[in-house]
Amino acid sequence: MNQSRKTIVIASVLLVVLFAGAIVALQKIDSARGKDAAIEEVLYLPSGKTVKRLSLGYSSLLAVVYWTRAVQYFGNRHLQDSKRYDLLYPLLDITTDLDPQLVVAYQTGSIFLCQSPPNGAGEPDKAVALLEKGIVANPEVWRMYFTLGFVHYLERKDYKAAEQAFRKGSEVPGALPWMRTMAARMAEHAQDIETAMLLWRGIYETTHDKNVRDGAVKHLASLQAEIDMRELRIRVRTYHEKKGVWPTTWTELVRAGLLGGVPVDPAGQIYKLLPEGGVWVEDPSQFPFLDQAALAN
Amino acid sequence: MTSRLSAIALNTFREAVRDRVLYNLIIFVFLLVASAPLFSQISIDVERLILVNVGLSAISLFGVIIAIFIGIGLVSKEIEKRTLYTILSRPVRRWEFIAGKYCGLMMTLLVNAALMTVGFMIAVMITSHGLKAQDMHLLVAVYFTVLEFMVVTALTLLFSSFSSPIFSAILSFSLFAIGTFSLDLRNFAASAHGITKMFALAAAYLVPNLASLNVIAQVAHDQPVGGALVLYNTLYTVLYSAAVTAGAVLIFERRNLK
Repeated sequence: MNQSRKTIVIASVLLVVLFAGAIVALQKIDSARGKDAAIEEVLYLPSGKTVKRLSLGYSSLLAVVYWTRAVQYFGNRHLQDSKRYDLLYPLLDITTDLDPQLVVAYQTGSIFLCQSPPNGAGEPDKAVALLEKGIVANPEVWRMYFTLGFVHYLERKDYKAAEQAFRKGSEVPGALPWMRTMAARMAEHAQDIETAMLLWRGIYETTHDKNVRDGAVKHLASLQAEIDMRELRIRVRTYHEKKGVWPTTWTELVRAGLLGGVPVDPAGQIYKLLPEGGVWVEDPSQFPFLDQAALAN
Repeated sequence: MTSRLSAIALNTFREAVRDRVLYNLIIFVFLLVASAPLFSQISIDVERLILVNVGLSAISLFGVIIAIFIGIGLVSKEIEKRTLYTILSRPVRRWEFIAGKYCGLMMTLLVNAALMTVGFMIAVMITSHGLKAQDMHLLVAVYFTVLEFMVVTALTLLFSSFSSPIFSAILSFSLFAIGTFSLDLRNFAASAHGITKMFALAAAYLVPNLASLNVIAQVAHDQPVGGALVLYNTLYTVLYSAAVTAGAVLIFERRNLK
């Protein structure tokens, strides 16, 4: 083997071995720094406006990087069932300072912020602040008002503010007609299940984010189960009034003509018939947002 | 072998000095030390923070620029001037030429960083009225900057071993920029699926990891840097730079210089 060939062989082997070693070292670095290392730099940033000045005109590109970091941060925390999302708002604030027209950051970010832990940061006031900042920058986007109304209604229980948000949104050119209906419902139906379903359906249909969409599906399933159980309890009570005893199986209600068939929950399992007219789902873990108070009603 | 390597390295260093590359040091040190007292007048309570950020960022940026602009000409200049043929006609192997060039450029960057650090520490001393124990964290940041130079120099040498100076500069700057976002790339790869995950993972490990070498914000806030991170960063840099240099040797060894 001549000298040059020998060097090529040694260099090739070294290249592979050293590169494999570098990958192992990199994995050690990542475990030493933690998953949120890139995100934690927001702790040292004075403000998004300063970052914008330093971005030398590439603020839009940097906004996308920060938005990706916010989504990854939320996703990681959500997977860990975390109760704290301390860096979420600073990340979203910097993202929207860098690109005030990045509508998705306001809309999806506020949903991340407003829901109670572990499904969100449990910071509805910050969600409202973020949406109001978004409305100032993008007054023509009526969906922003929809999300604002949603946060006020479901998470802050401020029905007056929710009504105002829907009404203002309905006045934006291009807004869908049901925005006006929603404004009316806010005043009439404070805290009813059907209104909550309408809102979650709106979120499900408008979001492009998988986390939010999955959350909306779970909320809708839980709300549907609550509606079903409310109706089933009425029928069980009717049976009791007619026969003087509580039914022990659903078949008895079917035979009495009170039900068309054995009722199943949105997960496809048969509802549980409890003693003295109670109704509950077979597997509550399928319905994480099911109101425990519904068991008593 | 050692004498041949050191001869090439020393020659590369001498050439850089002759090119007046180190003149930037005088300007840097003069500007930083002279402007240190001004920081307290333009800001309240953050003069040290501004000085540390400006100083460390300048050491890093100056070094990277020098590494790239000298590095891109290391091989092509020797071919252009035909001095390479004189070198290789002696009992010098091609890999020794590449390794010697790498060491020479690193020597230039080390002298550069060392002198800049002296100027920077004097400026910190003036601003803070003396040095504190926490100021040692600043030296860790400087050490990481030197590690950064090792990676950038290896990459520039790799590109200069097969392409034109302009193309080498573009590639080196691009990889430097991507490298500073390498952690984002790895986080993206971790959350991706299927074929996207495979490509993202390959790219994430292929590009240099410069993100973990930047602890400027951390040390500016007097936060210590963990010993494990120092150890693994050193290990990674040595392995990655050596792998890239091996790649440069491989390309240069096969290159037809006739």
